Amino acid sequence: MGQVSTAPAEIERPESAEETSAVPEPDVPWVTLVHNDPVNLMSYVAYVFQTYFGYSKDKAHKLMLDVHHKGRAVVSSGSREEMERDVQAMHGYGLWATLTQDRG
Amino acid sequence: MAGVFEEVPGGGAAVVLDEVEIAILRSLAVQLLELVGPGDQPAAGEDPLAALFAEGPSEAPADPALARLFPDGYGDPQADPEDAHEREVRANSAEFRRFTENDLRDRKREDALAVVRSLDSLATAGERGAVLKLADDECKRWLGTLNDLRLTIGTRLEVTDEDENGELYRLPDSDPRKPMVMAYLWLGALQESLVETLMP
Repeated sequence: MGQVSTAPAEIERPESAEETSAVPEPDVPWVTLVHNDPVNLMSYVAYVFQTYFGYSKDKAHKLMLDVHHKGRAVVSSGSREEMERDVQAMHGYGLWATLTQDRG
Repeated sequence: MAGVFEEVPGGGAAVVLDEVEIAILRSLAVQLLELVGPGDQPAAGEDPLAALFAEGPSEAPADPALARLFPDGYGDPQADPEDAHEREVRANSAEFRRFTENDLRDRKREDALAVVRSLDSLATAGERGAVLKLADDECKRWLGTLNDLRLTIGTRLEVTDEDENGELYRLPDSDPRKPMVMAYLWLGALQESLVETLMP
């Protein structure tokens, strides 16, 4: 199932190659954006935020409304790896999500 | 088409489905399986480990419904396409897709297969239909497939936010899109009721 990753990034790309190719902006955090789409049910989006992120009912509801009214919302922030994990999870739920570097 | 999911005391959810509803759901789930595509089974004589470590595609699917089921992982759709970072974003999306899309396809396929299996296990008693009982883990699979079906049909129907209570939902019976819109709304009611039973 979803937990079994078939993507051994470490094996495919040695750490040294990773480090030299990455843009060194360690202080700039990454964020997960969830974008509005006309299909996903509002209740379902709130359910996902509660279930996956463990957000309270109120916070999940507020984020869902932000997505709906503003077109998108920042639902989490952290390292690039963490945000890739969150985006992958959101895609698993069928939500339209991307990660981007929060350049202000 | 009135049955909705209800919470089962002690865990899980249940819904009453008649034969026609069972047939429609099964047909839609099978069509979803066809859309998502077959699993990457190793060919005869091929090393099964090779398939396990196979990389996924780097390009987004051309089919709009598939593109919605398997979206890009990087970027900001509201950003200026002339943004200097755009090339980097595309490269990151391609890389992300290579390492995640196959897993996502597997998951969607397994969810839809679980839906088909649970429908096939139903013994309908004549016209009264049958009670479909789902355990907790089955509820999550059903939720996934109902959502995937709505995303697929919604993309095909080109549903937009402006459509709410709009033209799409007042089509004359003669419109070829009518059956698909009915299915879309019904799936929405099923999903809404299932979410309700799962709300923490």
